[in-house]
Amino acid sequence: MTAQATRGTTRTAVQGAGGGAIGALVPRMTEICGRDGVLTDPAQLATYECDGLTAHRCSPGLVVLPTTAEQVAAIVFACAQAKIPFVARGSGTGLSGGALPRADGVLIVTSKMRRVIAIDPDSRRAIVEPGVTNLAVSKAAEPFGLFYAPDPSSQVVCSVGGNVAENSGGAHCLKNGFTVHHVTGLQVVTPDGQLTWLGDGTGAAPGYDLVGAFIGSEGTLGIVTKIIVKLTRIPEAVTTLLAAFRTMGAGGAAVSAIIGSGILPAAIEMMDALAIEAAEAAVACRYPEGAGAVLIVELDGPAGDVRRETEAVRAICEGEGAYEIRAAHDAAERTAIWTGRKSAFAAVGRISPAYIVQDGVVPRTALGEVLDRIAELSAASGVRVANVFHAGDGNLHPLVLFDDTKPGAEEAAEEVSGAILDLCISHGGSITGEHGVGADKSKYMPKMFGPGDLDTMQLLRCAFDPAGLCNPGKIFPTPRLCGEVPGVRREPHPLVAAGKVDQF
Amino acid sequence: MPGTGRRVAGSLPGALAQACADVTEAGPGDAVAGVAPRFVARPAGVTEAAAVLAAASSLGMTAVPRGSGTRLAWGSPPASCDLVIDTSRMNRVLEHAAGDLVVRVEAGVGLDQLAGVLAQAGQRLALDPPGSVANGAGPGSGGNGTIGGVLATGAAGPLRLRYGTPRDLAIGITVVRADGTVAKSGGKVVKNVAGYDLGKLFAGSYGTLGLIAEAAFRLHPQPAATSFVTLDAAGPAEASDVVAAAAGSPLAPSAVELDRPARGEPFRVGVLLEGDEEGVAERTARMTELLGSGRGPSAPHTEPFPPTSPFPPTSPGPPTSPGPPTSPGPPPWWGRGAAAATEGTLIRITFWAAELARVLAAVDAAASGTGLDPAVGGSAAAGVLYVAVGEQAEPAAVARFTAGLREAVGRPAAVALGEGPPAQGSAVVLRAPGGVRAAVDIWGPAPGLSLMRAIKDQFDPGHTMAPGRFAGGI
Repeated sequence: MTAQATRGTTRTAVQGAGGGAIGALVPRMTEICGRDGVLTDPAQLATYECDGLTAHRCSPGLVVLPTTAEQVAAIVFACAQAKIPFVARGSGTGLSGGALPRADGVLIVTSKMRRVIAIDPDSRRAIVEPGVTNLAVSKAAEPFGLFYAPDPSSQVVCSVGGNVAENSGGAHCLKNGFTVHHVTGLQVVTPDGQLTWLGDGTGAAPGYDLVGAFIGSEGTLGIVTKIIVKLTRIPEAVTTLLAAFRTMGAGGAAVSAIIGSGILPAAIEMMDALAIEAAEAAVACRYPEGAGAVLIVELDGPAGDVRRETEAVRAICEGEGAYEIRAAHDAAERTAIWTGRKSAFAAVGRISPAYIVQDGVVPRTALGEVLDRIAELSAASGVRVANVFHAGDGNLHPLVLFDDTKPGAEEAAEEVSGAILDLCISHGGSITGEHGVGADKSKYMPKMFGPGDLDTMQLLRCAFDPAGLCNPGKIFPTPRLCGEVPGVRREPHPLVAAGKVDQF
Repeated sequence: MPGTGRRVAGSLPGALAQACADVTEAGPGDAVAGVAPRFVARPAGVTEAAAVLAAASSLGMTAVPRGSGTRLAWGSPPASCDLVIDTSRMNRVLEHAAGDLVVRVEAGVGLDQLAGVLAQAGQRLALDPPGSVANGAGPGSGGNGTIGGVLATGAAGPLRLRYGTPRDLAIGITVVRADGTVAKSGGKVVKNVAGYDLGKLFAGSYGTLGLIAEAAFRLHPQPAATSFVTLDAAGPAEASDVVAAAAGSPLAPSAVELDRPARGEPFRVGVLLEGDEEGVAERTARMTELLGSGRGPSAPHTEPFPPTSPFPPTSPGPPTSPGPPTSPGPPPWWGRGAAAATEGTLIRITFWAAELARVLAAVDAAASGTGLDPAVGGSAAAGVLYVAVGEQAEPAAVARFTAGLREAVGRPAAVALGEGPPAQGSAVVLRAPGGVRAAVDIWGPAPGLSLMRAIKDQFDPGHTMAPGRFAGGI
């Protein structure tokens, strides 16, 4: 969950081994990155204390800004030698604290590595550096009639390296899939400081699918230094429909009917009355008055198909009680429709002093029931919840509102927010559809996965990062001590007994 | 087909018999790529499978998972195989959530069995590995395979261009590790980034990390209409132009395939269009015109098509010049050419799509240099081709041929300006007669091999799961 509040944030203070050891790294880091590439001033370090999730903050011990893959490798090698933890950061737009720094660690910022190295239009591939923004890839591909399909809402600023770490999706992932479906090769620095390629750009390299395993690992398996992305043909036609319904139930029924008809839209988004109210207050998006729900449906593909699908979707929405439908056929009209939706998170600030952005997933057919239960939770607790979601794939973004000046309000909001995740899990869904687990949701992992599941996932971690230095503390609530014999351990681990490792 | 062994009591280790009600002594038909196992266990579900692996592990037995045996000959022969874990009794469709377009199945479910269940709801799993019923092969063709086998081998057919391979469609997986630990990742919702995705790791792992016990997949609606546009191309350059024009068009082809049964024959190119009836008719006409008149727009990659100014639609209707033939059903070779060869040596070549002409020429050069005449075909637009060499070919010639292919595809991509991966493609021998196996490196080089070894060591520290089957001898 993403708490956007000015007060009540958690500052993680990590004491201990780090301080002096980090200071000793500065000369080597300066050799590698140059004087401009190493930040040690506390005021500068503080600007990196959080990513897009401001609830968790921690000033890094040191910030380095490499410009080449070789520099990243040298930095990581130096950290590994000194047993100093390190965390990678792209543009810092993540919403789960995945790039939350450590006071006893080095923050490796890839924002200076922003070259689009090459585009191969006939192979529909591009090779880019991790700091390149998501949108910049599509801009570079546009002259060839191609684009990069994953499009997270933050695509203007978010980096492709960060997208790889989080397996980012975007509004159009209903049709196009996620980052993992559009990346075919990665050059990475492994946690021991080796520069190596995973995959060969074909998407079918021999051996284990290391590219697939790496994507979405939230920076815990290494640091990506080059990315081979798949490019997609720009669709011939795009139409965006906005349909207004009196109730959420009617909007939800329309979603089910559209999917049931065999149409696969590029995107299906939904907002409830409270979210619409916020968007109107913030950006005056002028959605139809009196709407209990608005649905945004985007269709793309060959012109004839889009024309017919648009008519079919229009008829379905009318049949389910839509009282106003607008269609956008050009970029300006499309922007007008999307403005309200894209501003929704920030817009909630207009109607509430503070709020938590939640990210959960339920099977699409359970949406109606889960929304009813969220309404009940809200009514019973008095905590207001605005709903914005990717309806096509059941990805909910409830915005849990609270007044951070009132004692106990944040706790009440967090309780509702946690209960929403419980609802998602009990309906066979997920605790995160796209924001990641990061530092924020690791405590929920045991609710979704059993000990055997988590232990097995961490085998992968142990294969890449046996020393546990690469973005430690993220995803998993309890680190696995690598190298131990799997199975039930009756005695405390020798390192724990010797006081060298904390088990928590 | 796997042989039916006889039930035994005396020689059967007690722990194994206790773990699973159906354990038999292996028969001659149970050999895995020529290696004879001692026993075959047929667990009835994930719990029994876990007990079998725990027992095998305690007995220090090596184990190889098996589905219907369709692609059991793929990969290197196991260094050792005490036990075959046969998934034929793990054949339940656990949950078909039609409204969610999701299905959850046990690993032993057959692709054709699943297709039948999904068709009742007008849905499909968009996987059509070579030789499968999805490609029009008749029942009993033996090419269907199980979900577990298709996942474990990463087998995919023409639809990979649009829908990807098994790893792209799997959304959740339950596996049993070598020591019997059951683990799941993902789930039954399409959008989910909680935890590591073990499904990616197990897809294409050939049983070397553990047993795939259950999996959940994203489904797609069955298209209301399909159409195949086919034409012949004289040589590698022309074939490459046709494939590029089809794949680069805005007509959303679901597959672009290529096939040539022997040298001296033309390349047959086929384009699959799917959708509603009207849309398919329109796009068929446009594709026919595109491919029939001068091989498509000149240098399509140099024309800008910003999203704000859509490509002007070509008026639908009959082609202006005599174009390639079209049909609603697949041509006879579709998904059944070189890729579906069931004897001899089968090699899969992967490459960056723009290299198609060079790769086709390299296949011919390597073949003529070694006196071979292989069939070539596959998902050309997706950068995947299969080469089938006859059973009678000299092992040394096949080895030289394979080396020639690797030399051609294993170079860095020129476009990467020296900053790309060291090789832009690969040639993997999927199956081969014993003599050829002994003469060639089945897998060839694999990027990131030291990490793969580390993963194997973590998941299967005793190296009891399908040892030696995989890249780098894993």
